[in-house]
Amino acid sequence: MSVTYIDAIHQAQLELLREDKTVFLYGQDIGDFGGAFKATKGFKEEFGPRVLDAPISEDAMIGMAVGAAINGMRPIVEMQFADFSSVAFNQLVNQAGTHYYRTGIPIPITVRMPCGGTPGSGPFHSQMVESIYAHYPGLVVVTPATVSDAYQLLKESVQLDDPVIFCEHKFLYRWLKSASIKGDGLPLGKARLTRAGKHATVVTYSAMVHEAVRAADRLAEEGWEIEVVDLRSVKPLDIDTVLASVARTGRLLALGEGFPWGGVTAEVVSRVVAEGFHLLDAPPLRLNAKDTPIPYHPDLWAAHRPTPESIVEKLRELLNL
Amino acid sequence: MLTARTLENKLSSLYKGGKIVGGVYLGTGQEALSASLGASLIKGRDCFSPLIRDQAGRTAFGEDMLDATRTHLGSARGPMRGRDGNIHRGRPHQGMPAMISHLGTAVSVISGMLIAKRMKGELDGIVGATSIGDGATSTGSFHEGLNMAAVENLPLVVVIADNQFAYSTPRNRQFACESLLERAVGYGVGGVEVDGTDLKATLAGMQQAVTSARQGFGPQLVVARLLRLCGHGEHDDASYVPQELRDSLMGRDCLEVGASQIIEDGLATAEDIEIWRKEAVEEVQEAVATAQRERGPDPYEEDWRATSVEGMQ
Repeated sequence: MSVTYIDAIHQAQLELLREDKTVFLYGQDIGDFGGAFKATKGFKEEFGPRVLDAPISEDAMIGMAVGAAINGMRPIVEMQFADFSSVAFNQLVNQAGTHYYRTGIPIPITVRMPCGGTPGSGPFHSQMVESIYAHYPGLVVVTPATVSDAYQLLKESVQLDDPVIFCEHKFLYRWLKSASIKGDGLPLGKARLTRAGKHATVVTYSAMVHEAVRAADRLAEEGWEIEVVDLRSVKPLDIDTVLASVARTGRLLALGEGFPWGGVTAEVVSRVVAEGFHLLDAPPLRLNAKDTPIPYHPDLWAAHRPTPESIVEKLRELLNL
Repeated sequence: MLTARTLENKLSSLYKGGKIVGGVYLGTGQEALSASLGASLIKGRDCFSPLIRDQAGRTAFGEDMLDATRTHLGSARGPMRGRDGNIHRGRPHQGMPAMISHLGTAVSVISGMLIAKRMKGELDGIVGATSIGDGATSTGSFHEGLNMAAVENLPLVVVIADNQFAYSTPRNRQFACESLLERAVGYGVGGVEVDGTDLKATLAGMQQAVTSARQGFGPQLVVARLLRLCGHGEHDDASYVPQELRDSLMGRDCLEVGASQIIEDGLATAEDIEIWRKEAVEEVQEAVATAQRERGPDPYEEDWRATSVEGMQ
């Protein structure tokens, strides 16, 4: 019996709803329909008024969640696609993100963001949003790559008193399976060493963890041992684990599926350079998606984001520096 | 109304004297509307998200005047502790969220506060309210919020001060309908239009709307026609307001109208009002002096943390 990434998200929400009466769900088509990705299937039946269908009003969805959180609730908002959170950007960064600092009152909301590319999804159903939200103060940004992290980090996110942007990767929803939903219990805020190595470190997160591992497998055939660090959350960013890895390997590739200007990979490189320059044997490199909107055609899409091939190529460049 | 006017006049002087940094935004000419709302709500039960011209409503709802003077003067002891200023203040756990500058956003926040009460079984007899200007009705946030509140049939009162100008932009550059009350039909909510310069009429209309919401008839829109008798902020001389508009009935001062109505109805005498005025001046002086004696925030003691849980930044 195996559990998928989306099963893990479903199960985490089910337990949260059962364990805590202040938890409720708000989002488009999440009621009787069970959500666009079926992450809330069956919940309306069991939890009734705590599973609320929202109008197509992302701004109001987040504003409503903030108000409910002020009055003691722990809303989970499902953005149907992370891309549409741009409509709620203001409420997220200016209302939710500033609230604790301004008033001293924390806002325990979790916004589930189905993000990342799948073939054929095109420019408006494929985007990564972690970098833009991590840029703003007051928001925690979580990016699980594994089934057990999807389960455990979602539970931790909802239990956290601060607003969380929970970036769940759509490509992993049904493709990624695991024998168990329980993981190693590593808490939110800690990065994980996914694969040990000694020649170079790939720091990445979300679906790119799996692409990095594939690239590492290929290079292993030639004797290269590539270490892969899964950030798990990009804010907080566990720079200690990253630096410890770079201390072992001396080489860094920061890998992400987001657009190349700025963002998480730039942040990782800048922190490693500033805090661990002496650990580096070569200039650190970055690999991101291309600086265009995300294309529709599967062939274009597959070449737009980093692939095992492009990661291998980049790692060769790094190893030869 | 009188207390708010007195306080705001003082805040204006302090701003012009360089004692208040940032900006000062007043509700001059809108006190009857704002006070009617604040007075129709019950502190400790209802929720109220004031906007920038709501000093009178804040006072009527029971906000401590020290919250106003401390926030304007940057005292570390104010509710915002120097982290935010002027009208961007509140006490969310006492039913008064602290507004952000982005207009229209409070409609959904107040709705969320009501939904939380509904989920906890505490909504019975409760009302949530927020104010907005005519310009803010052009925002997507206003539309999304009011539409969502209507779908949820929430006991929400949204008060629109149609004060003819959003900063300098006249209302005919904001919307094409004759009256914003027409929008109530579109949203499927109740609505009432009042002459915002007429205290008695405004209070009656407001109480009707608040009562309807409280009795479970869903969101209510209150549209008040009036004229802002000050600039957008105290940096603005409002020279864009035509003289004929200032001289029209819409340009009359609701405070004067209200005073004569109170006297006519035998609720108070002119002498009473004069006593209230003196009391208001004393109260304002005390609140300003207290805030001025207090220290501002110390950058070296500031924790510079935007999350409540340590280690999350």
